[in-house]
Amino acid sequence: MKVVVCTKQTPSTTAVFSIKNGIVSWDDPGGKPNVVNPWDEYAIEEGIRLKENHGASDVIALAIGGEESKEALKTALAMGCTGAILVSDDAFAGSDAVGSARIWAAAINKIGDAKIVIFGKLTIDDNMGVAAMMTARKLGWTPLTFVSAIKSISADSITVERLLDDGKETVTAPLPVVISVVKEINEPRYPSFMGIRKANRAEIPVWKAADLSVNGGTGAAASKVDWSHIFAIPPRVGSVEMIEGDSIAEQVKILVDKLFEEKVI
Amino acid sequence: MFDFITDEHREIQKLARDFAQKSIAPIADHFDETGDFPLETVRQMGSMGFMGIEVPEEYGGAGMDTLAYSLALTEICKVDASHGTIMSVNNSLFCHGILKFGTEAQKQKYVTAVASGQAIGAYSLTEPMSGSDAGTMASRAVLNDAGTHYVINGTKSWVTSAPYADYIVLFTMTQPEKKHHGVTAFIIETDKPGFKRGKKEPKLGIRASATSEIFFEDYLCPVENRLGQEGEGFKIAMTVLDAGRIGIASQALGIAEAALEASVQYAREREAFGQKIGQFQMIQQKLADMKCRVDASRLLIYQACLAKKEAAKTGGRYSMEASMAKLFASETANYCAKEAIQIHGGMGYSKEMPLERYYRDAKITEIYEGTSEIQRMVIARSLTGLR
Ligand SMILES: Cc1cc2nc3c(=O)[nH]c(=O)nc-3n(C[C@H](O)[C@H](O)[C@H](O)COP(=O)(O)OP(=O)(O)OC[C@H]3O[C@@H](n4cnc5c(N)ncnc54)[C@H](O)[C@@H]3O)c2cc1C
Ligand SMILES: Cc1cc2nc3c(=O)[nH]c(=O)nc-3n(C[C@H](O)[C@H](O)[C@H](O)COP(=O)(O)OP(=O)(O)OC[C@H]3O[C@@H](n4cnc5c(N)ncnc54)[C@H](O)[C@@H]3O)c2cc1C
Repeated sequence: MKVVVCTKQTPSTTAVFSIKNGIVSWDDPGGKPNVVNPWDEYAIEEGIRLKENHGASDVIALAIGGEESKEALKTALAMGCTGAILVSDDAFAGSDAVGSARIWAAAINKIGDAKIVIFGKLTIDDNMGVAAMMTARKLGWTPLTFVSAIKSISADSITVERLLDDGKETVTAPLPVVISVVKEINEPRYPSFMGIRKANRAEIPVWKAADLSVNGGTGAAASKVDWSHIFAIPPRVGSVEMIEGDSIAEQVKILVDKLFEEKVI
Repeated sequence: MFDFITDEHREIQKLARDFAQKSIAPIADHFDETGDFPLETVRQMGSMGFMGIEVPEEYGGAGMDTLAYSLALTEICKVDASHGTIMSVNNSLFCHGILKFGTEAQKQKYVTAVASGQAIGAYSLTEPMSGSDAGTMASRAVLNDAGTHYVINGTKSWVTSAPYADYIVLFTMTQPEKKHHGVTAFIIETDKPGFKRGKKEPKLGIRASATSEIFFEDYLCPVENRLGQEGEGFKIAMTVLDAGRIGIASQALGIAEAALEASVQYAREREAFGQKIGQFQMIQQKLADMKCRVDASRLLIYQACLAKKEAAKTGGRYSMEASMAKLFASETANYCAKEAIQIHGGMGYSKEMPLERYYRDAKITEIYEGTSEIQRMVIARSLTGLR
């Protein structure tokens, strides 16, 4: 059983950004701190566990992005993925979510024979959370989102627990599937020193647009999403008023009157 | 600037830093307070490769060099020196000695188990009446008539990790009349009859690292567990300590770096007499001296790592470089921990901050694996050739 884990290299959660005149700049002193998209660490961990506990033969980490995305793939290898592939082409730059799903699907088809594709719940740079769903649609497979536990896997089906806003549900779907995982699913392991060395020795193949049969448009030109206006959220302004009064009861009365006045209650 | 530090070294350093900050920092004070042994994180470090950084991959290690070991150990000790002590004994005092002097079978069995974190190793040279002067030990190993086993008797003291160790590299006398040349090394399995552990020593610092006496009463050690030849023990002990001292230097550097970083931050924030205390010349002097000594320690450690690499090629020793790094870094750790408390005033003295722990932990680096007096002796003897 082959498993594909889709990962993305994203700015670290501590990265310092500023926006001026619609242009985003990255202001960290001493370089741009990238990390594996934090949600994807759970996806990578779950992929590796499928190998350890469910006999998956290959766990392949896949990333779309520039050369720097190899760092995310190296982390996946150092944690224990058995292979890694980077999909990188200038023609793909600026793809929107649908364009990206087309690329994911084409790459997954080229890998071939995958039974389970795993995404993190969302990426911390775009915050859309649609990649798993859209990729499943492009592949024609069943999407299982917000998975908090893989219960069982048989030759042709998978049973998972999904974490929803108002509870959990257990569902079974025929393989192959695309799943997205939430952080309740596991505790991602640290890479090991041995893993780091293995990752540094690994050759990570780079697939170009010409290597893939992408079905439909990709890149900025085909993107339906237009970043027409980018602005920083204005800082909140507020004022503080200390309520004076002879007793607590009096202070509370003044407070309640003011809240009524402001139509807060 | 230092082109011997590769990207891979930096990746190892970063992983060690992440692990120390995420998994050790939250528990360090608790284990310091209770003196319990942090078995869970020690096992986790084993599975990540922390316990056999220089051990070749075929024996379950990470197959890296001394610099990688030093960088990783420094990061661990920057957060908690106790974890560092356990790590350093496994790496340099246990695995290194068996790799250098052991048989293939010994490496397969003992190094693999400790490097992969399945077992804990220890190193036992010191005795109640034999510390710095290691040639005067009272314990004995006598070959039995059949020539199959050594019968070991005696008491060893101050054995780091002994309360939890599965295997111990032991140094004892086979021919007392020959003094140093009568010492022989053995690999002890602690689950065999005739071996007993004493109670944990209560101590000033590195309180989560467990230390105890060990006792041998007619312990039968098979001949194949002798490490090296009869009479080679003292040489093995000293060779292993050369490697170990780079580890202790790195431990000391970690403590010193932590003390310095905390001090710089505090000096920028704390105000007295209407200004930041970092604006007082007397505080500036402390910070400047700390920084110089920290960086000088690091450079001496780099020098020792390079000298060790060179020595591996030429078959020479690097005792002087290792002693210089250990001496200077350990005194730097003590200086920095002390001044860091001073800069923090009353807060430095409080257990709310880890500075008083750094202060207590720093002291051991001037004592074990050779006191500062002994390091100065090694350095001066190397310089003069006089004994
Ligand atoms: C927490 C801890 C952990 C330890 N772990 C281990 C371990 O895992 N394995 C192990 O074998 N040992 C271990 N030791 C023992 C340690 O290595 C010894 O304590 C150290 O070598 C000093 O020996 P000593 O305590 O007998 O002091 P002594 O040798 O009695 O020294 C007392 C004082 O005399 C000085 N002195 C001695 N000789 C000279 C000289 N020639 N010139 C000038 N001054 C001199 C010393 O520097 C020191 O200041 C540990 C000790 C401690 C405290
Ligand atoms: C265990 C303990 C018991 C105590 N008991 C008492 C008590 O019973 N009663 C009581 O009133 N207080 C008590 N104290 C408080 C103690 O007196 C203060 O901690 C001490 O005066 C230092 O003040 P601080 O901690 O605010 O440090 P800070 O004043 O913030 O000093 C921080 C650092 O800046 C330095 N610094 C400050 N000003 C200057 C300057 N002008 N030039 C150069 N360097 C400067 C200091 O020397 C120090 O290194 C106690 C403290 C402790 C830890």
